[in-house]
Amino acid sequence: MHSDRASLGLKIAAITGLLFLHLPILLIFLYAFTTEEKSYQFPPPGLTLKWFGVAWGRDDIWPPLILSLEVAAIATVVAIILGTLVSAAMSRTKFFGREQISLLILLPIALPGVITGMALRSAFSVMDIPYSVWTIILGHATFCIVIVYNNAVARFRRISGGILEASSDLGANGFQTFRHVLLPNLGSALLAGGMLAFALSFDEVIVTTFTAGQQSTLPIWMLQELVRPRQRPVTNVVAIVVFMVTFLPILCAYYLTRDGDQTAGGGK
Amino acid sequence: MTAAVEFQNVTRHFGNVRAVDGVNLAIAEGEFFAMLGPSGSGKTTCLRLISGFEQPSGGAISIFGQDVSNVPPNKRNVNTVFQDYALFPHMTVRDNVAYGLMVKGIGKAERLAKAEEMLGLVKLPGYGDRKPGQLSGGQRQRVALARALVNEPRVLLLDEPLGALDLKLREAMQDELKALQKRLGITFVFVTHDQHEALSMADRLAVFSDGKIAQIGTPEDVYARPQSRFVADFVGSSNVLPPGLTRALGGPAKWASLRPEAVRLSAEGQGRGRVTAIRYLGAGSRVVLDIGGTEVAALVPAGQPLPGEGAEAAIAFDPTALHVMEA
Repeated sequence: MHSDRASLGLKIAAITGLLFLHLPILLIFLYAFTTEEKSYQFPPPGLTLKWFGVAWGRDDIWPPLILSLEVAAIATVVAIILGTLVSAAMSRTKFFGREQISLLILLPIALPGVITGMALRSAFSVMDIPYSVWTIILGHATFCIVIVYNNAVARFRRISGGILEASSDLGANGFQTFRHVLLPNLGSALLAGGMLAFALSFDEVIVTTFTAGQQSTLPIWMLQELVRPRQRPVTNVVAIVVFMVTFLPILCAYYLTRDGDQTAGGGK
Repeated sequence: MTAAVEFQNVTRHFGNVRAVDGVNLAIAEGEFFAMLGPSGSGKTTCLRLISGFEQPSGGAISIFGQDVSNVPPNKRNVNTVFQDYALFPHMTVRDNVAYGLMVKGIGKAERLAKAEEMLGLVKLPGYGDRKPGQLSGGQRQRVALARALVNEPRVLLLDEPLGALDLKLREAMQDELKALQKRLGITFVFVTHDQHEALSMADRLAVFSDGKIAQIGTPEDVYARPQSRFVADFVGSSNVLPPGLTRALGGPAKWASLRPEAVRLSAEGQGRGRVTAIRYLGAGSRVVLDIGGTEVAALVPAGQPLPGEGAEAAIAFDPTALHVMEA
């Protein structure tokens, strides 16, 4: 028998799976409000808002937070510029080995972070580059480019080449075509790619541990904090911040690229 | 007089493919010129060579006497109506039409007024605030036309502009394009694979085959006196007769073309055959006979008696209608 409705067993399995994935996240939120500061006991003995105030007042949170924002912002800008250029090149021309190069561009996101991290670390030491904010940014840019590239390449595929030719035919130079025709049609894809890249960079741990020197970003600060017994709920407060900073851009990116029909370009 | 567009032995190769192979042509100023051919025959490449989106591999192209080999598309006084219209989807119709003026740095008030005037010219007044996505195919076509004309080009290129329209709209647009060209007096170069379109609109046409021009001339010339089997076959629905049959029908032993409308059915005639198919066309019927293994069609005007399928019939025609071809 064939039916469109899922069987009861399948429904239960799906719900169990979702709960397994999402209950721990809810618990993280819950423990940000607990009155017990030394261990995660369930149920929490009481609820309080005081950890938000404590977190605000702790001096050791602000530098990692600012560093993370700085790294994510610069890595995103680098990724948008380079990712757009490479996607333009890849979608405008056909050449020998194009597919292989496309794979190479996508590789950083498919490679395990440890590999990327080790590769970058050995490259930095071979080239005598001291670890700094910039090495972290470089590390993050490797996978942020892929995100922007994927978004931009999909959009380039939908923009009909005809509108670029039409612009040139009507007398526009290359810059005018970019400014008045290409950018307005590419813009939302770049914004979406940029936001995803920002979110990815903001909570990255593995590549960061390999490429950072003395600095720690917010996720690394959290990792170190988990082993300390004091003021545990503060870490949960920071987790909520990380959640917001990464989830909101992802949500925006989803809505920006969802109805692409309006920007499809050209056609009949 | 200098030609509006002149090709001197122009070739364009894509790898091993000779898309355009030794083309010579001169299009006069103010002429409505059609490039006709099947897909892949090189006609669109020729158009793109004029607009500058392709560079010749050999030969020279000049526009009003100026060699344009090193002139990029945005510096040529030539505009194009693209096959898929290529309207800018994020701009209003008015901004689309005014685009050519905007990139030239013409002031906003002036360019928008001019855009409105062009929209009037293509009979779309008041559509300026819409987006291309809100228009029908025919309306987009008019916007594309207005946008290409706003720069007052001396040559307008049209790449299969009517291809995406339905039959009725296409016929209306043919008349309109023709009228517009007369009124503006500029040179139109028109690419099409539709022989009726080319014959009915063009002052002169070039028939393309395999990157070469098979024949160039007025519609009457090309239709009535095709120089080759290819032209006879492609332009209209002519009978192409092999040498043996030509001789049997009273001509020399050469390939010949015979227009169906010149052929009558009668009791006595130059040839006899069996009727294999009859197709009703409205104004007449197309009767196909098998004469010595070759299919020969005759156009029988409405109201005249038709033979039955499978019946024997004879064909008669004025001997001058038999056009002998060189190739």
